[in-house]
Amino acid sequence: MSTIQDYPSRLSDPASRKMETFSYLPEMTKDQIRAQVQWIVDNGWNPAIEHTEPENAMDYYWYMWKLPMFGETDVDAILAEIEECHTANPKHHVRLLGYDNFTQSQGANMVVHRGKMV
Amino acid sequence: MNMQATKKKYDAGVKDYRSTYWEPEYSVKETDILAVFKVIPQDGVPREEAAAAVAAESSTGTWTTVWTDLLTDLDHYKGRAYRIEDVPGQDDAFYAFIAYPADLFEEGSVVNVFTSIVGNVFGFKAVRSLRLEDVRFPIWFVKTCFGPPHGIQVERDKMDKYGRPLLGCTIKPKLGLSAKNYGRAVYEVLRGGLDFSKDDENVNSQPFMRWRDRFLFCQEAIEKAQAETGERKGHYLNVTSGTVEEMFKRAEFAKELGSPIIMSDYLTMGWAAHNSLSKWCRDNGMLLHVHRAMHAVMDRNPNHGINFRVLAKLLRLLGGDHLHSGTVVGKLEGDRNATLGWINLMRDKFIPEDRSMGVFFDQDWGAMPGVFPVASGGIHVWHMPALVSIFGNDSVLQFGGGTLGHPWGNAAGAAANRVALEACVQARNEGRELEKEGKEILTAAAKHSPELKAAMETWKEIKFEFDTVDKLDVQHR
Repeated sequence: MSTIQDYPSRLSDPASRKMETFSYLPEMTKDQIRAQVQWIVDNGWNPAIEHTEPENAMDYYWYMWKLPMFGETDVDAILAEIEECHTANPKHHVRLLGYDNFTQSQGANMVVHRGKMV
Repeated sequence: MNMQATKKKYDAGVKDYRSTYWEPEYSVKETDILAVFKVIPQDGVPREEAAAAVAAESSTGTWTTVWTDLLTDLDHYKGRAYRIEDVPGQDDAFYAFIAYPADLFEEGSVVNVFTSIVGNVFGFKAVRSLRLEDVRFPIWFVKTCFGPPHGIQVERDKMDKYGRPLLGCTIKPKLGLSAKNYGRAVYEVLRGGLDFSKDDENVNSQPFMRWRDRFLFCQEAIEKAQAETGERKGHYLNVTSGTVEEMFKRAEFAKELGSPIIMSDYLTMGWAAHNSLSKWCRDNGMLLHVHRAMHAVMDRNPNHGINFRVLAKLLRLLGGDHLHSGTVVGKLEGDRNATLGWINLMRDKFIPEDRSMGVFFDQDWGAMPGVFPVASGGIHVWHMPALVSIFGNDSVLQFGGGTLGHPWGNAAGAAANRVALEACVQARNEGRELEKEGKEILTAAAKHSPELKAAMETWKEIKFEFDTVDKLDVQHR
């Protein structure tokens, strides 16, 4: 049996905070983000971008970046919008959503830029 | 016997059932409740007679003619056997399709429907065995039932979790832990990355751990894990108890504490009690996890009982936000296509007839919300690619031993499962085939997660390869 390792999560350590889907994986590369955008487009979902100060990440409502991009299927245009939001809010978490208007839910929701946890 | 001659006169004695209850020319109404039974008749009983007997005994008929039959319009109320089909691969059995008119039933009462259609007939001598394979609920009945307290979409919003299956874990050992030690196990799995932990079905309020102590310690575990991880968490507090009054007392206390979810066992608790609890859950903003203890007593024998797809449909009508559905890949029984059939029946708005999935009728649920299927029992990280592929996003995957049995403890076990889950979802979204490339996907993810690596080393060799007892009826088993 391998040596037992401690699980290093701490209430006192902001780095222990997670951000839901994909936050237990390493930050996505540009290519990986592109693939997820493609997935949203392929499912016919409406892409949307939201951002927040890391300390408010647990709130239901983050700041909406402009409006959801209804009907947008151009992956590059969606990626450019993510970057614009990140440039304008460099310290914030930025997340990408795919609104599914048939289920009235979100088919996808993932943080694509991680702010520094405080 | 001449129908016209007997119609208005009282003719005492025993008639063939088929003279009244076998109507192959009957055209099914949209308002009828339809049922299909697998019937093995006693030797010498013709199929039409056996089918008609089932229709009669599950609706208006009794074994002999009675004069009071003539006081009502039996044609309006009687069930009718309207079709007979061979069962593929089984010569002694046949399917009997029966239509029940709407007016036989009380609106919104699942209890009434089943007391009628499976009430006495299963002990009937003319049939050697009988199995209710499927029931079509017409939209009028669906609309008079209560349905899930919240449903999949609302639960995702409340828990703020999207784009992936939810992750859970049943706390083990099932029985015997003190409340404080139990809460420790809950805290550890939640801080490690699970969304939910779960009381086992037989955890109620035994002397070693009374319910109130358990609720209090579990609530602290939830709150601390939420603060620590920044994610919303829950523990299914089992409120199943010996009386309805006690059940509501426990549910009220869970609400007072701020618990997001409670749990019941709809078969052992009884459907009326469950339906009341489900209504309470909607009124009080409480999610409801539903366990199915005792189901295999009814649904496992391929020739006698009630198929689980019927038990799943009736739970959706009674109300529940989660229901255990079988895993296909774990230690518990479950044919793959049959399981897919009933998880579709739990989640979708409209499910078309599809015999390859064991679905005998179109089922329209109208606006009734869907129920999360829960895959639980004997599963671990190596099953993750198959589970994500089979169940898709709208499911709860529960790893009990597969979390708590991790060599470094519960938190590490939970983290291993969370990493494996997210790696599989990410890969699926990238267009990769999970069941083919599962090993590579998990191996790559383990490079960033020592917890996953240790889990993969621990469970590599475990497999459950017993043959399924209850399979779909096909020509070659």
